[in-house]
Parts: sequence; structure tokens; C-alpha cells
Amino acid sequence: MRWIRRNLLVIAGLLTLAYMILPNIVVMVFSFNKPQGRFNYAWQQFSLDAWKDPCGVADLCDSLSLSFQIAAWATVGATVLGTLIAFALVRYRFRARGAINSLIFLPMAMPEVVMAASLLTLFLNMGAELGFWTVLIAHIMFCLSFVVVAVKARVMSMDPRLEEAARDLYAGPVQTFVRVTLPIAAPGIAAGALLAFALSFDDFIITNFNSGSTVTFPMFVWGSAQRGTPVQINVIGTAMFVIAVVMVLAGQFLSSRRKNNAQPQ
Amino acid sequence: MTVTDAPPLAPSPAQPPVRKASTRRRLVPYWLLLPGILWLIVFFALPLAYQASTSVQTGSLETGFQVTWHFQTYWEALQEYYPQFVRSLLYAGTATLLCLLLGYPLAYMIAFKAGRWRNFLLVLVIAPFFTSFLIRTLAWKTILADSGPVVDVLNTLHVLDVTSWLGWTDGSRVLATPLAVVCGLTYNFLPFMILPLYTSLERIDGRLHEAAGDLYATPATTFRKVTFPLSMPGVVSGTLLTFIPASGDYINAELLGSTDTKMVGSVIQSQFLRVLDYPTAAALSFILMAIVLAMVTVYIRKSGTEDLV
Repeated sequence: MRWIRRNLLVIAGLLTLAYMILPNIVVMVFSFNKPQGRFNYAWQQFSLDAWKDPCGVADLCDSLSLSFQIAAWATVGATVLGTLIAFALVRYRFRARGAINSLIFLPMAMPEVVMAASLLTLFLNMGAELGFWTVLIAHIMFCLSFVVVAVKARVMSMDPRLEEAARDLYAGPVQTFVRVTLPIAAPGIAAGALLAFALSFDDFIITNFNSGSTVTFPMFVWGSAQRGTPVQINVIGTAMFVIAVVMVLAGQFLSSRRKNNAQPQ
Repeated sequence: MTVTDAPPLAPSPAQPPVRKASTRRRLVPYWLLLPGILWLIVFFALPLAYQASTSVQTGSLETGFQVTWHFQTYWEALQEYYPQFVRSLLYAGTATLLCLLLGYPLAYMIAFKAGRWRNFLLVLVIAPFFTSFLIRTLAWKTILADSGPVVDVLNTLHVLDVTSWLGWTDGSRVLATPLAVVCGLTYNFLPFMILPLYTSLERIDGRLHEAAGDLYATPATTFRKVTFPLSMPGVVSGTLLTFIPASGDYINAELLGSTDTKMVGSVIQSQFLRVLDYPTAAALSFILMAIVLAMVTVYIRKSGTEDLV
């Protein structure tokens, strides 16, 4: 009993963690299921069928590749636009700074459904054809603010003396930017880009409103919840999970080794 | 979401003698801002204006919509759909509270007790993100299935009798009840609570805890007087990051709930995409926006962390 009381915090924390991981485990286990009927909600029988043929369901891999394309372009767009804004906000004083800060904050402080609906109103009024381009425009719009926040945090903590030093050593403005400023800001930009990719790839609400008949991966999963969920969805989910976790852990392992090597023996 | 002002830049040592060059320099920030801000104005601010105009239009798809300043749409929409509004705020509020209660111990543990497991635990917190959240939400259908282990256990412990009596569940079912929706909302937004909490807890100087101990504070007092107040920025941004998206969410309500658990997001979605009653849909989403912005403003004022946003 005493042991429980002393470790209450750790127990509570681990329970929360279990709550968070449980669905991922269920997704993984059910990727080996052989369901009866259209839905994959009850365990029937072990099978590797879905793993052998992950693209065996019509349109699934098309939607996946479409989501990748949109996420990639949205990342490029949002990262470029967001990085420029972040630099302007941190490095320069100018009028309308307050207004611009609010304009950047508001998309994050608004329920997504409001943004989605208003964008659709705009597109309908303009007579735009809903599809790839409207989804891409929308994704760049809502990823932008997150990139700005991520890059700003990094640029703000940057020591301005490093750039002064570069100038003192007769580096031109371009050289200073490319050789000093950009490398220091890079982790912030990378974090912003990763966030944008993840947000865009996984977005449902804004895509649901503005995609017309275009089917991204989240849209495919949504549709499958009504029509019948193929096991392949669980396979894709599991594969994404495993690949990402391995990549993160490998990255951490490499960076900790580099840190150890950098230390004098 | 911090907006601290950067230190003013030292004037560059070599002031160009020509006036033209300095004008050009003064324009630099505007050129940097132009493309991104233009994007936000055209695809964020302008759409809101369009929606405002749509909300005071009348007409139908066949005859077209005209601005008639028909503000009654707001009143009618509110009258017809106030149960969904109340439900949305109630579910989102409950989920936010649960996220705080569940997330705080975990964030605290990672920040102070994890030692060399810290990075690994952080990866585990972010890891669920890597699987599409719709797939994970569908997994809750399996977890909460009618004759599944979770429902069996809750039934045996007579928990479901209590929750049914409270109206959270329906007989021996969990799926398609408020409990399932709140459970899904809590699950989906937990990482958004944990990460800000962790960031602000991690910044706390461990010596403050020692000092509190030296001054004979019990662990509970230390938490109440030192740790929790210092973690307030994390609590505020965590609750906002959880409550705002949860209030407009319709995915959990649609996948895990029933028609009795519909949230306002579902109504907006179906008015816009199925019923095609644009004025009502626009009015509904404006009301939601107004409620959320008002609540957020009051909340930030009350919690005294205005510099947070």
C-alpha cells in the first residue's frame, strides 16, 4: 500500500500513457485480422493477407499518394511563407506589427470547422472548382501560423552577435545569411516544416469541406467508416507508426552518439 | 504562442550615405511579410468576410442568395440548434478537464521523474500522432465494442449502472453514448495538453522544490504553492489547444456517437455540404466562433497570462 502511495504519480502517468497507446496497439493487432463482413471491428482469425497486399483495395493507395503530394506542397508553401514572416517579425520593428501578430494568431484560435466553412463560402462565391488546388490553398493557409510560431521561437533565441561577428569578418549580407543565419535557424524551420507536413497529411475537417470529390487518405478512412473498413487501413496505420517511431529513435541515437564523439576523450 | 518583443536591433554600423538605400532597407520587412500575409488575407480574412455576408442573406439554391440583412437567421439557428451548442461546449469542457487531470501527472512524471527515460517517454507521447487520427478514432469502436472486454469489465463492476443513471451511457452500451464521445475527444486532444504542460514544467528550476522542502513545505504544499503556479502558462495554452478544436470537432461525435450526441460541428457540416442552406450554416459557424473567442478572451484575462498570446 505504501509503495502504491509513493509511486502514485508514476502509476497515474503510465496509465495515461497506456490510454494514449492503446488504440495504436488495437490498430496493429487488427491489421492481422481476417474479418467477416465489411467491417474490421471484431477479432476473427489471424491472417497476413492484408500485409501481403496493402494496395489491394481500390483507391486506397491513390488517396495515400494524393495526401503525400498535398502535404509535400503544403509544407513547401507554408514553410517558405512562414519563415519569411517569422524573420520579419523578429528582426524588424515596423508599424502594424500588432495587427499582423493577431492575423497570425487567429487561425490557431478558431475552431477548424469555422475556417473550413468560410473558405468554402469563398470558393463557392468565386466559382472555383473544388479539388486538389482548393485543398492545397487551404492547407497552406492553416499550416502557415504554426510554421511562423516554430521559426519565430528559434530566431528569437538566436544571438545577434554571431551575425555582427560575421559582418566584422567582412562577410556580405548574403554570405552572412547563408553561412550564419540560415544554419542557426534551420532546426526551427525543420520543426515548422515537419509540423506542417503532419498537420496537412492528417487534416480532415478543412479537407472535408473543400475537396469536392477529391479523396485524400483521411477522406478515404472517413468514407470507409460508413461503407466498410478494409484491413489494409490498419496495415497502413501500423506501418506509418512503426516507420516514424524507428526514425525518431534512430535520430535520437545518432545525435546522442555525435554528442558523445564531440566530447574530448 | 509567445509574443515577446525582440530586443531592438542595433543600427548597422555602416549607414549608407544615400537616402534611397535606407528607404529600401525600411521596406525590407514589408517585402518579407507580403506573400504570407497576402495569403492569410485572401484565404483567411476575406473568407470570414464572405461568410459574414452569407449569414445575412436569404434565398435558395435555385433563385440565388441575396444580402437582405436578415439577422433573424442567427436567432432561428440558435433557437433550433441550441442543444447542439450546449452539448458541444459541455463535451469539449469535460474533455478539456479530463485531459488536464490525465495529462498533468504524465507531464510531471516526464519532466521530473523520468531521468534517462525522458526522451523515450516523449516519443511515446508523440508517437500516436504518426497513425492517422481517424484510424485511431475508429479503433475506439473496437475497444468500446458492445461485448468487448472494456464493456464487460465495466458491467461486472456495475459502473455502467451508475453512468446510465447519470445519462452518460445507455444500458449496457458505451458506444453511441456521450461517454464514448467524451472518451474519444479526450483521447484525441491529450497530446495537445501534455506537450505545453511538459514544456512549462520542464522550465521550472528544480532548486525551487528543494527550497520549498527546506522551508518545511509538504510535497502537497510545494505543488500547490510552487509547481502549479509556475506551470500556469502550460495549463492555459494546453486548455486552449484542447478546448478550441474540441468545441468544433464533429469526427468523434459522428464516429463514436449517435444522433443524440451530435455536436454543433456536425450541424454546420451537414447544413453546408448536404442541406446546402448556406445562410444558416454561416450563422451557426459565426455563433460558434463568437462563443469560442469570447470564452478564450475571458479565460486568458482571468488566468492572468495575457502575454501568452
